[in-house]
Amino acid sequence: MTAMGIATAERIVPNEGGENVLAVRNLKTAFRTPNGWVEIVKGISFDIAAQETLAVVGESGSGKSVTALSIMRLLDPEMSRVEGSVKLSGRELLKLNRAEMRDVRGRQMGMIFQEAMTSLNPLATIGAQIAEVLTIHGLMSNNEAMKEAERLLDRVRMPAAKSRLNDFPHSLSGGMRQRVMIAMALACKPKLLIADEPTTALDVTIQAQILQLIKQLQQEEGMGVLFITHDMGVVAEIADRTVVMLQGEAVEADSTDAIFARARHPYTKALIAAVPRLGTASGNGQPQHFPTLDRESGQIISGKLRPDTIRHAAEPVLRVKNLVKRFDLPGGFFSGPRGRVHAVENVSFELRPGETLSLVGESGCGKSTTGRTLMRLVEPQSGEIAIDGTDILALDKERMRDMRRHIQMIFQDPYASLNPRITVGEAIAEPYLTHKLGTRAQARQKAMDLLGQVGLSPEMANRYPQQFSGGQRQRICIARALSLEPKIIVADESVSALDVSIKAQVVNLMLDLQEKFGLAYLFISHDMAVVERISHQVAVMYLGEIVEIGPVKAVFGDPQHPYTKRLMAAVPIPDPARRLEVRPISNDEIRSPIRAADYEQPKREYRTVSEGHVVQVWGSDWTV
Amino acid sequence: MTTISEGISALPPAPGPFDTVRRILFRSPTVIAATVMIAIFVVVAALAPWLAPYDPLAQSMLKINKLPSWENWLGTDQFGRDVLSRMIYGARNSLLFGFISPVLAAIFGTLLGVVAGYFGGYTDRIISRVVDLLLAFPELLLAILIAAVLGGGFWNIIAVITVAFIPGFARVARAQTLSVKQEPYVEAAIAVGVRTPIIILRHIVPNIMAPIVALMTLWVASAIRLEASLSFLGIGTQAPNPSWGNIIRDGLNSLFGSPWPIIGAGAAITIVVLAFNLVGDAVRDALDPSTAR
Repeated sequence: MTAMGIATAERIVPNEGGENVLAVRNLKTAFRTPNGWVEIVKGISFDIAAQETLAVVGESGSGKSVTALSIMRLLDPEMSRVEGSVKLSGRELLKLNRAEMRDVRGRQMGMIFQEAMTSLNPLATIGAQIAEVLTIHGLMSNNEAMKEAERLLDRVRMPAAKSRLNDFPHSLSGGMRQRVMIAMALACKPKLLIADEPTTALDVTIQAQILQLIKQLQQEEGMGVLFITHDMGVVAEIADRTVVMLQGEAVEADSTDAIFARARHPYTKALIAAVPRLGTASGNGQPQHFPTLDRESGQIISGKLRPDTIRHAAEPVLRVKNLVKRFDLPGGFFSGPRGRVHAVENVSFELRPGETLSLVGESGCGKSTTGRTLMRLVEPQSGEIAIDGTDILALDKERMRDMRRHIQMIFQDPYASLNPRITVGEAIAEPYLTHKLGTRAQARQKAMDLLGQVGLSPEMANRYPQQFSGGQRQRICIARALSLEPKIIVADESVSALDVSIKAQVVNLMLDLQEKFGLAYLFISHDMAVVERISHQVAVMYLGEIVEIGPVKAVFGDPQHPYTKRLMAAVPIPDPARRLEVRPISNDEIRSPIRAADYEQPKREYRTVSEGHVVQVWGSDWTV
Repeated sequence: MTTISEGISALPPAPGPFDTVRRILFRSPTVIAATVMIAIFVVVAALAPWLAPYDPLAQSMLKINKLPSWENWLGTDQFGRDVLSRMIYGARNSLLFGFISPVLAAIFGTLLGVVAGYFGGYTDRIISRVVDLLLAFPELLLAILIAAVLGGGFWNIIAVITVAFIPGFARVARAQTLSVKQEPYVEAAIAVGVRTPIIILRHIVPNIMAPIVALMTLWVASAIRLEASLSFLGIGTQAPNPSWGNIIRDGLNSLFGSPWPIIGAGAAITIVVLAFNLVGDAVRDALDPSTAR
């Protein structure tokens, strides 16, 4: 493993013809810790030519971001040590002093970060912030800089650029903020753009827009791009060449086509195998395991087919009818609400034992609120939620407490959903004891059993959550949810925060548990590819409403609603051969679910496409 | 199961809260010195009957307002009582007030703050307004006000200082509760059906304790100072019982005869308050990283 790492680290990514914008040789970065220096980046080398995009891909902790920060020399010199050579157009960056480095940053290389909100100053207008980059480097006077800022906003396809100049960052959406960041990075026409997970925090349709934008700008400006990401789909979409990092080492480096076609390193193979891709669902319409890598043999084990887990004859275990949840935005003291967030509008669906229904949609579409309403963590305005035929909205507090045995939830953030002061054994036993299902000793036994069920060792019951990794914590959360032997599990973006290989394992675990216990899942996600893989039914939500619902095969194979089509078009395709196709991507923002207080929800009509596949009839606002 | 192993047990055990405290307390020499100083005062207060050379209440007409000598290291007061003995016994008083009041205030204040923060709505409004009202008065003024109504005496003074300190704890506890309440693990407990009192005791209180403990350490110093001020004003510890505050008050009458009672008691107050402040700062930095430099 180590030998292999060194072998590939020595090999420079081939770059025939043309001059290199960036040449990195044997870059090593170490951090100072109480126990001495710890090497995070263990010697990587690569070149980037003009007009070329190099992707550095790896999972969390692989050292990919540290690589970017080392090149920019943004690490604290007291706490870190960078060795090797970084040449920008032939000039050694690691030997420059602070003033010279300042001149290089922004001027010759621009950087964009993941969190566009925290990277912008909330107290300055975006025009002023873009102009500042130009004036700081002494390129322009204030007036010229403002004019240039407008031109730049136009170049990053900011809608109504001129009127946006005086806006503050908080009034822009996430995608628009990232456009501003790109405009700032491009202001001085840098030779190199470093993009550190620039689309990870964005919705999938906005991600597609930003990726498209970076591609277009690169062709126009002729700059090199160093693109850091964890997403192989994005890599295939944007990169000419790719470096795969694992634990600080470059385990494989080649052209993106070659990596996807004939990856040699088992880790790369596993990464590519784990990428969910649309249109690969199994033939029998059943959810399918993700392929996984067997570490010992280096073989990819493709996901096995599953039997039909749905009990078709049984009554639906969950029936939701005309569910409505609106949040008032408080107005003045004497006036009524200023407006309302229509979070959930007239949502109806059914879930049978052993079935998985996925709610997909982008931020603000109401999918999480729907899940929380089912748990009565928020109270809906109207509608009906029946679990096993009992209307839970009619239950009082005490009877609801009993009902919670049948429906459990797994949350998104595995780091925040376990109390740091309680051992995982106690955390798993808590629901069991709360409902007085047995003695303490039985609860303990149950907790240990469940740890085994989710693939952890029972001795770990005495440890605290901090001692586990993200994937392990999510397994613990699943064990906690299972301790009441519920019929339904609401999984709210439960695998979104996990690295791709861990994500595949957790999803496989959930599928196994469904098979074993006949669980019904309500799977809430924005990730279309994961959804396609694991669901029986899918419901696409937009602005609080279900616009299309039906069996996965029908909805994904024959999408009807324009929004479903747009979502599917935006999913990155992990196939580098299709990189050069320019796909039609609409430049629209996601609309806001906030309406005026007197807004009347229009009467919706639905059309049945095929058996079980229903689509909302859309109006003239969806002219695509 | 054929899965990629997730590097089980690759992570080091997380340091417990006590490791952090130990690390901070023994990092800087100033904090070590302050800790040693506090330890000395605690020992002196605990062993007062054996350490004090005289009975702190014994009066002697023969030794009124004497300057320091080998017999009376800090001289005597206007009743001929040994000032050093009174100071040693006074340390008991100061440290008792210094510890009991902040602890009581922390308990009641945290309770109020957590209830206000967790339940919100009218409960929160009423508690918060009362707390704001209390906070509007300077601590000393509030203490004088209550002491004037209740009179002096040990438990009255404890009550006075406790009430004066409750708002600070209530506010911190409320703010912390508001943020911890949003944590998914609290929501997870609700979703499981855990009862509200258990949620508060098991999931909220342990997670808001760090800033409360830090505040408590810092306010030990304030409590000692407040007790001395009240005793100096004559509404704290009542004569003839010794307290650093009323030693200064008694010494004021014969300031130009013998300044030693004032110097001694003043130095004791200064050193103890300083020591507790230093340790309090260190504890706060250790437990609450957001306030650290």
